[in-house]
Amino acid sequence: MIYFDNAATSQKPQSVIDSLVDYYQNDNANVHRGIYELSERATNAYEQARDKVQNFIHAKKREEVLFTRGTTESLNWLASTYGAENIKQGDEILISYMEHHSNIVPWQQLAQRVGANLKYINLKADGTLDLTDAEEKMSDKTKIVSVTHASNVLGVVNPIKELAQMAHEHGAIMIADGAQSAPHMAIDVQDMDVDFFAFSGHKMLGPTGIGILYGRYEVLNKMSPAQFGGEMIELVDLQEATFQPLPWRFEAGTPNIAGAIGLGAAVDYLTNIGMPEVEAYEQSLVSYALPKIKKIPGVTVYGPQDSEHHSGVIAFNLDSVHAHDLATALDQEGIEVRAGHHCTQPLMRHLDIAATVRVSLYIYNTREEIDHFIDIIGKIKEYFNREFA
Amino acid sequence: MSLHNLDNLYRQTIMAYAQHPHNYKPMLETESYHIRKYNPNCGDIIDLAFNMNDDKVTNIHFYGDGCAISKASASMMTDLVSGKNRSQITQLVEQFSKMARGEDGDFKSLGEAQILSGVTKFPTRVKCATLAWHALDELLAIEK
Repeated sequence: MIYFDNAATSQKPQSVIDSLVDYYQNDNANVHRGIYELSERATNAYEQARDKVQNFIHAKKREEVLFTRGTTESLNWLASTYGAENIKQGDEILISYMEHHSNIVPWQQLAQRVGANLKYINLKADGTLDLTDAEEKMSDKTKIVSVTHASNVLGVVNPIKELAQMAHEHGAIMIADGAQSAPHMAIDVQDMDVDFFAFSGHKMLGPTGIGILYGRYEVLNKMSPAQFGGEMIELVDLQEATFQPLPWRFEAGTPNIAGAIGLGAAVDYLTNIGMPEVEAYEQSLVSYALPKIKKIPGVTVYGPQDSEHHSGVIAFNLDSVHAHDLATALDQEGIEVRAGHHCTQPLMRHLDIAATVRVSLYIYNTREEIDHFIDIIGKIKEYFNREFA
Repeated sequence: MSLHNLDNLYRQTIMAYAQHPHNYKPMLETESYHIRKYNPNCGDIIDLAFNMNDDKVTNIHFYGDGCAISKASASMMTDLVSGKNRSQITQLVEQFSKMARGEDGDFKSLGEAQILSGVTKFPTRVKCATLAWHALDELLAIEK
């Protein structure tokens, strides 16, 4: 089987699977509770995972790293806490046309609730973000700028640092959706100067159900928790309660302990390879794959046309075979790709298409797989382009 | 080469309809019944419209961006229900749903559309086949 759907989720290395089994077999206990050694071991493993993530994204403090269920939950928390507390009627939230639904709908809901305006940064013809338009759409009314770091369709990596600078000049906070970047490149939240950064474990070799919300300490410390319950409290009275300091204030209830440990193992795996090496390898695959895909007669590739500016996500359509038919045919040949709107309906409308096929690559994919894929595409085209009268 | 497995889904008849769909034309906006349906899984869009004359469906047509399966299914469906009345069509929609769920039964009344039963072997594609039928079902539920 050839797995080309890494933007949806990645496969898991043995070390990640082993870390889950090892935790459940040897260290299973609740964290931050038990006055016994087993619980201490679980707590240590859980908190070590936080340290690993802190190093991975170059956060200044470990308290800035919160475990969540994934990117979607991280962004929803922001909309329902920071957003609800800081966005008033007439304020503006600025996102872009290339956002995933999870970085659109929470802001839509918030904007509808408080009477704020949701605005979209335009894209240029090559699918990259129009920074002039971003500049024009930012004003003193702008309170939140939330943009994806890497597109899950266009293969575009956005200049978050520049956007953050613009946002801060207008007194807005900068949120980056890192779901498609954290697995594929070195992340430095301090250098990018973002206020929040969200990503998921399962797209970067880790388990499902675990993700991260990074928040700059000064901003995060003023934010209210999204959920209340065990672990996050300090003192509970009949009518009121006080809360734990960061990061535990945001982690109500028994957290996904195994998931956090598994994510820690995934971070170890990637760090061992080195993120610059991960990025360079994927870039070499794109430089190999993109020209070959572009040579297929009748193909349209979305996003930048040169591999130098294209990440490992390649969305395309054939003029003669619909995306779903192509994906079903590839599946028959053991090649797994995604076909559809990729949870980016506003982007699809922007491009005036209903669906695309998407190939998304990762560290375990090879040139041989790409060769086979190109070969099979040719056969599928022949299959569908016969005259059926 | 296992592409021949595809023959179970992309039968000759289905592909012929997909390449040359029947009753495939843009909406006039004057039809008395019109619906736009989305397949949220894949983003496919279908517009379906018809008029009712004397409790009979006339001038039924569809339009939209869809895969071979959805176009073939909509083609066969529009051919099949044209000129039939509400209760006849409701029965056909039920029959088609039953077939698409993989249930046993006699589906002769569906005519050519019986060939779409192959879709049950491709669970991720069942919705492509049923989209037009769901659209029709919703339109029939509207009393005018």
